[in-house]
Amino acid sequence: MPSNGLPLVPVVTQKVLIAIPAWNEQGSIASVVNSVRAKRPDADVLVVNDGSSDSTAIESERAGARVVSLPFNVGVGGAMRTAFLYAQREGYEALVQVDADGQHDPADLNKLIDGLSNADVVVGTRFHPNSQYFVGGPRRWAMVLLSKSLSWMNKGMISDPTSGFRSAGPKAIELFSVQYPADYLGDTVGSLAIAIRNGLTINEAPVTMYFRQFGRPSKNALWSALYLGRASLAIIATGLRGSKTPREDSA
Amino acid sequence: MTANILAAGAAFVTFFFVFYLLRKGALREKYAVLWLFFSGAALFFAVFPQALVWFSHLIGVAEPVNLLFFFTVVLLVLVAVQLSYELSRHEMRIRRLAEEVALLRDEIAHMKRPTDGD
Repeated sequence: MPSNGLPLVPVVTQKVLIAIPAWNEQGSIASVVNSVRAKRPDADVLVVNDGSSDSTAIESERAGARVVSLPFNVGVGGAMRTAFLYAQREGYEALVQVDADGQHDPADLNKLIDGLSNADVVVGTRFHPNSQYFVGGPRRWAMVLLSKSLSWMNKGMISDPTSGFRSAGPKAIELFSVQYPADYLGDTVGSLAIAIRNGLTINEAPVTMYFRQFGRPSKNALWSALYLGRASLAIIATGLRGSKTPREDSA
Repeated sequence: MTANILAAGAAFVTFFFVFYLLRKGALREKYAVLWLFFSGAALFFAVFPQALVWFSHLIGVAEPVNLLFFFTVVLLVLVAVQLSYELSRHEMRIRRLAEEVALLRDEIAHMKRPTDGD
């Protein structure tokens, strides 16, 4: 536990890691790394290259990020756990997850990092009065349902549980380095359920999200149904599992 | 009668094939035990069909062959669940290893060129 004894020292510079899971994002990764580094020059940027077959790794390194390459594609959840493992071993006190496709506005980084002073996890929410983000149809119903059930579990509002723009403090880094859901579409919601189950405090901060620069927005009824099913299963499974048992799921 | 000979033959072949794989070290005991038991029981009932009739009367199943089918289905389902369980465990372990490999590879790369480290 490298972060032990830290509160004794006045925290001048917080050790911050910005983690970007990336799978075949050669078109956008360099600009994302650059903009993030421009906004937080004090932070280290880690790109978890999730088995890309394009030049994602080279582009990231050229832009000044540290690159960790998985030998094959494991999905966002697996890539994020790799990032948490890295953060835990290197003694980072804060980890911010940013998407590689340029959806997230680096201007919001400070909000997410500062929010960790009174929470273990801060989720960037797209739903606030000034937001231009809009979803409708089955996708919206799925998101509302997930938000309601997680907020109820959390006994505090989580309006956008599927947001991938979020930050984690020392306790969350410790937890997520051991236990992080890797199932397809289950990682964002599932990790919040695990955090709640283990007594971490979750807050949210309003953020801006752009439409994807590259890649395919995946939104239709079938996708929403699949998402809802996966996420619900993740919540239920976490709920049934005993709390406070840092289950090493590879054991 | 020919049906019995066919069943006995099939069970016999299965039993010894599993045994052979086990001896060769190609099949682990935990899987072999189930298959050996499975084919052993099939062999027994093929040779002594009366035992099946007697047993089905004992637990009140009218048609002995239905009892046989029932047990077969239950066993196959159990095997399938066991395999899914093992498969899930392996997927998790492989993922864990992939994560470790990625981190180790990164560490080695930065050891080779320490000046690059930030």
